[in-house]
This record gives sequence, C-alpha cells and structure tokens, in this order.
Amino acid sequence: MRHIISVLLENEPGALSRVVGLFSQRGYNIESLTVAPTEDPTLSRLTLTTKGDERTIEQITKHLNKLVDVVKLVDLTEGGHIERELMLIKVKATGAQRAEIKRCTDIFRGQVVDVGPSVYTIQITGTSDKLDAFVQSMGDANILEVVRTGVSGLARGEKVLSL
Amino acid sequence: MELLSGGDMVVRALEEEGVEFIFGYPGGAVLHIYDAIFNNCKIPHVLVRHEQAATHAADAYARATGKPGLVLVTSGPGATNAITGIATAYMDSIPMVVLSGQVQSHLIGEDAFQETDMIGVSRPIVKHSFLVKHAKDIPETIKKAFYIATTGRPGPVVVDLPKDITHPDEKFEYEYPKTIKMRSYNPAVRGHSGQIKKAVSMLLAAKRPVLYAGGGVILGDSSELLTEFAHALNIPVTNTLMGLGGFPGEDRQFIGMLGMHGTYEANTAMHHSDLIFAVGARFDDRTTNMTSKYCPTAKIIHIDIDPTSISKTITADVPIVGPIETVLKDMLELVKTALKKTPETFDQEANDSWWQQINEWRDAQGLWTAPRYDTDSGMIKPQQVIEALYKTTKGDAYVTSDVGQHQMFAAQYYRFNKPRRWINSGGLGTMGFGLPAAMGVKLAFPDADVACVTGEGSIQMNIQELSTCTHYRLPIKIININNESLGMVKQWQDMQYGGRHSQSVAYKDSLPDFVKLAEAYGHVGIRVTKFEDLEDKMNEAFSLKDRLVFLDVVVDPNEHVYPMQIASSGSMRDMWLNKTERT
Repeated sequence: MRHIISVLLENEPGALSRVVGLFSQRGYNIESLTVAPTEDPTLSRLTLTTKGDERTIEQITKHLNKLVDVVKLVDLTEGGHIERELMLIKVKATGAQRAEIKRCTDIFRGQVVDVGPSVYTIQITGTSDKLDAFVQSMGDANILEVVRTGVSGLARGEKVLSL
Repeated sequence: MELLSGGDMVVRALEEEGVEFIFGYPGGAVLHIYDAIFNNCKIPHVLVRHEQAATHAADAYARATGKPGLVLVTSGPGATNAITGIATAYMDSIPMVVLSGQVQSHLIGEDAFQETDMIGVSRPIVKHSFLVKHAKDIPETIKKAFYIATTGRPGPVVVDLPKDITHPDEKFEYEYPKTIKMRSYNPAVRGHSGQIKKAVSMLLAAKRPVLYAGGGVILGDSSELLTEFAHALNIPVTNTLMGLGGFPGEDRQFIGMLGMHGTYEANTAMHHSDLIFAVGARFDDRTTNMTSKYCPTAKIIHIDIDPTSISKTITADVPIVGPIETVLKDMLELVKTALKKTPETFDQEANDSWWQQINEWRDAQGLWTAPRYDTDSGMIKPQQVIEALYKTTKGDAYVTSDVGQHQMFAAQYYRFNKPRRWINSGGLGTMGFGLPAAMGVKLAFPDADVACVTGEGSIQMNIQELSTCTHYRLPIKIININNESLGMVKQWQDMQYGGRHSQSVAYKDSLPDFVKLAEAYGHVGIRVTKFEDLEDKMNEAFSLKDRLVFLDVVVDPNEHVYPMQIASSGSMRDMWLNKTERT
C-alpha cells in the first residue's frame, strides 16, 4: 500500500542524504520526495511517498526515527489527511487541439501558464491520481514534458506535527 | 574565556572527555592537530602501522572497557583505510569516535590532493557524522559525538575536520559544554510497564522457556542482572556469538552458543521452546537459519534499546523497547514478588522435565560432555589448541579473535565466565581484526593475559601491527591456528562445492616462516607441531610475561567446525553433527 510519510528534519547539511541513503541502503522504495525549510529556518519538512507491506512501513518509520537528524515524523495515511501535488506539463497545442486542451484544463481546474505558437504549458494541482488522470487525458503523443513536485500533505483537523 | 586554536580545542576536548588513548596516524590534513598533540597533550598517542588497525584497536579498547574508543586519521586514504574498522564497530554497536582530517574548506569539492568525501563514504556505516564548518563549533561537536556514540544503541561517530579550522594562528573562545541536549535524539530510558507485566506473566507460565541473550547485555552492562534473572526462574540460557560472557560459560544453566555453529542443545532447545526471551539480541541470520521454519512453537518476548531491531526478521509477540538494565530490573522485581506471593505460579514440574530433556540433548551431543572431534589423524586438532589455551589461562584471559574456523572454535571451547572478555568481529566478520584488537585490550589492561586467536590467513591481513607491538612493548600472545588454508572457505567448499578448493589452499606453499617473522620484529616465535608439546609450549608462551609470543600451531587442515546448521533451508534444529551424521 502507498504511504505518505511526513518528516520534521533538522535543516542541516547532509540530513537529506541520510534520509535518501537509508532507503537505498535498506532496499526500500521512494516514489516521490519533497523537502523545504519550514517557518522555523532550523527545521525542514520532508514528505515522501513509499510503497510496502505493513512490516516494511513499520521498519521504514522506525529507521527514519532513528536518524539523529529526524526530529519527528508521522505516517499521514494512517488518518484523515490532505495531499497535494503540483504538475507542470507542456503539450503540443495546434489548430483545433488548442481549444480542446484548454477545455480539458478547465475541467481539471488547471491553468495554462505559458503559451507558445504550438505549445501550452499547463499547471495542475491535486492528488497524484488526479494528475495521473490529466496526463492520460492529454495522450502520450501530445506530451512534450512533465514535471511533478511530488506529494505534500498535512493531517486533517487539529493534529499538528511540530516541536 | 580562554582563546584556543582549533587544533588545541580538539586536544582539550578529548582530554575533557577522559580519552585514555588516541589511536592514530598523522598526515597532511591533520598536521595542525598533531602539532597541538606535540605541544600539549596529556593523552598518549598510539601510532599504528595502518589506519584500519587504529580503528580495530580503539574498537577493542571500547569492547573491553566499556568506554568509547578514539581514532585520529588524516583525509583521503587515511579516512578510507579507517572504513573497514568503522563498519566493524557499526555492525557490533561499539561506541567509537573517529576524527578524520579533511582538506581545507575552500578546496572541498575540487578533487584536491587526498580529498575524499568522508561524510558520504562513511554514511551507511556510522551512527551519525559531522562536518565541522568553523573552529568555534569544535567543542560542542565533539561533545555531541561522544554523547551519540555512547548512549542508546552505541555506535561509531565520524567528525570530519577541514584543515583550515584547526590552524594554530586562528584562536577562538573555548568552553567545553558540560551537558548536551538534542531535540532530535532521545534514546529510550525505560521499558513500557504494561509490556513488562505481560512478559513476566508469560515467563512464569512458560513450560519450555529459553533465554536468548546477545551482545546488548554486555554493551548494557547487565550481565549480573541477567544472571540473577535466569537463576530466579531456572531458565536455560543461550548466548549469541556477541553475547558470550554475558552469562557465565560454566554455569549449569548455560547451554552454549546458538546459531550456525551453536551447540546441539542450544539449537534444539530453541526449536522446541514455547517461549523465547530475547535480550539484547537481534535475530541475526547466522542465528535463525531459515526464518519461516524458526522455532515453530515459540512465543517471543524481545527487549532491545533499538526499536528497529524488533520484528525486523522475526516478529516479536511482546516487544519491549528500552535499556536492558532498567527493563530487567523492573522484570526481576515482578518475578520475585510473584514467586514470593504466589509460588504456585511457577510450574516446577514443567521446569524439571524441560531440564531433563535439555540434559539428555547435552549428554548426547554437547561439546563439553564428551569429545566430539576425532583425533585419528595424529595431528593437533584446532579444538585442542583452544582447550589448551583455556587451561593455561584458567579461563580468565581476554581473547580476541579473527574470522573463520578458529573464531568458531574459540567461541565454542573457551568458556567465557565474564563479560567483555571475548572480543571478536561478529557482525561484519572482519579478518585482520584480532591483532590490532589485542593491542587495544592490552593497552587498557596491561596486567591481564591477552590472547589473539587467529589463523595464518587472518593474521596476514594486519600483520604489520607486530611492529606497533614492538614499539609499545605489548606482550600479547598470538595463537596462530595454522591449517595452511582458508579453513572456513574450504569447509564450505567441501560441503557445498564438491570439494573444489577454489583459492582456499592456494597460498599453502608461500606462507612465511612465522617464527622468523616474529623474531624479525623483535618478538618470540614458537612453532608447535606435536600434540605432546602443545600444553608446554602454551604455558611457556604465557610465562614470558614481558614478551609478545607468536605461537604457530600446525593443526589438522581437514577439520571442520561442527555442529553446523544446514544453511538456508533448515530450521534451528537441522544440523550436521560431524562429517557424516546429521540430525
């Protein structure tokens, strides 16, 4: 099953490489990873998605917790949560396609953020599934480039991951 | 506040940490630190002949004393040479701080002379590491390094020091922190009381319990407590390779080491047990055999300070995360109260019949109840060498070992009654560990007997340290079990590769004359080829109190280590008992 693990990390040089290294070293899989400093510049917030059975996920969270740079973590998929991913996608857009692509973008509540004579660059936010669906709707032949941020997420309600 | 250079700060910080020996080797990037050592340092420096030896010596010093070891090496090759030793310490959870020089800050990343990304190279084999960016950060970083290395599950910590921050002309305020607190690092201090209660009631109700104790008992200084606990419930105790000495080897309740080369009674008892009480052990693949066939009738209680060790390979029914000392203390109290208040909770009958069964196994196949090796070849048997060593040293020596058959024979036949006496590379299995390890132990305990049990293969992997032993007058005893082959490799080739001895006997005709070699370094060399001479020569070696003696014992090259579990496909109780018999 897919899990979203959210980590509060010391914003120190080398901290990220320890997290990433742990996954390759122990044969775990990272599907996506996103990291940036928080409102407290000494802390970074890292969100990663990974797949594995319950036992593997338990080992992953235990090993992450064991890293000296990791302050706290939470498996967001254990409870209600919000997840978002941002995608920029550049597609061929000529002739009648241009209107069709624009319509499709509107349906997905995306925005065309750059326009060229034969291309559109579209920005879309949402869950990974929604982004996958949009990619599919564009069709392989039309897609020139895709860049995705990876998942970010927060728990629903009062729950907070902080010091 | 005092003004010190970075180099002086390093020295002062090590003094404040109570470091007793600096095991090291100088080089360009650490010249400022070495100058500070030259000018004003109360700690003796031990100059090894290869950085790997510095790490093993510091590691063994830590294993024998319980205090963290300290290593100082230069950048590039100095640092990479230390890697094997760091990995060795990491696998066995040994507290150690490694200071490595680094090229000047402005050169980092430019492929400068003797530059290696030490933080990157060492990352998977350290508990933590620091690259120090500024001289004023040195005291706090060193304090943190020692704190992390020695608390929780111990391990090696690397501190990488760029040359420029140790410059003698740039001085900064120095104050060594008395305590340290890290928001992201808080090792467990107590076990969960509910789990502890549950574990105790399971132990009281068990009919066929086994206490399976590992290196964590020794690292957590809990041997006496464990012994008291085992006696209170009259529970049979088995040790892992790393746990030997954590429970007295000659105690009636000790059923020997378990695992691949464990005793018949230990492995069989584990297999038939209804409750395994794992204390500071990590269900390593060398002790479980095939995990799907592991101890089918047993429930498992597992105490460990490191939550990642729990349910990693074998799922625990009652996991308890915490320091062994506090957890066992809490458990012992509950056991004592229960035995006093309601003595009927302890099933004496079940305990008696369990012991009767174990004693039958022990009498039938135990290593200490009858000789389990044959002496027909007329050559000295490696087991006899360990038995002679045991007799001569009255079971009270510090024994370091290398890796291979000799290591297993030492583990089986030297019955360690005290913790921290058996010093070997269990997790990583590092050949070349034994001799430098013996140096570290001998420096810590100059009056104790220190033996290095090795083989002609392993000893050659760090034999240059014979020079260090001359330098510091370290009268250790090297017991070289010489079978002119890489015995463990050969054993596997005999058993699984149709006797095709690929490379395992290749060096037979090019071995050095170890007696002359020892003499060339200024030591005493003695060769033993006949069993009749073995005991005398062993006694002679240990009677030469102030000399290093290299005892080169020529043994039967065809001996195998038994019992041997039937690897990968078998359960705990599936073993070869000798070359022809299996369970």
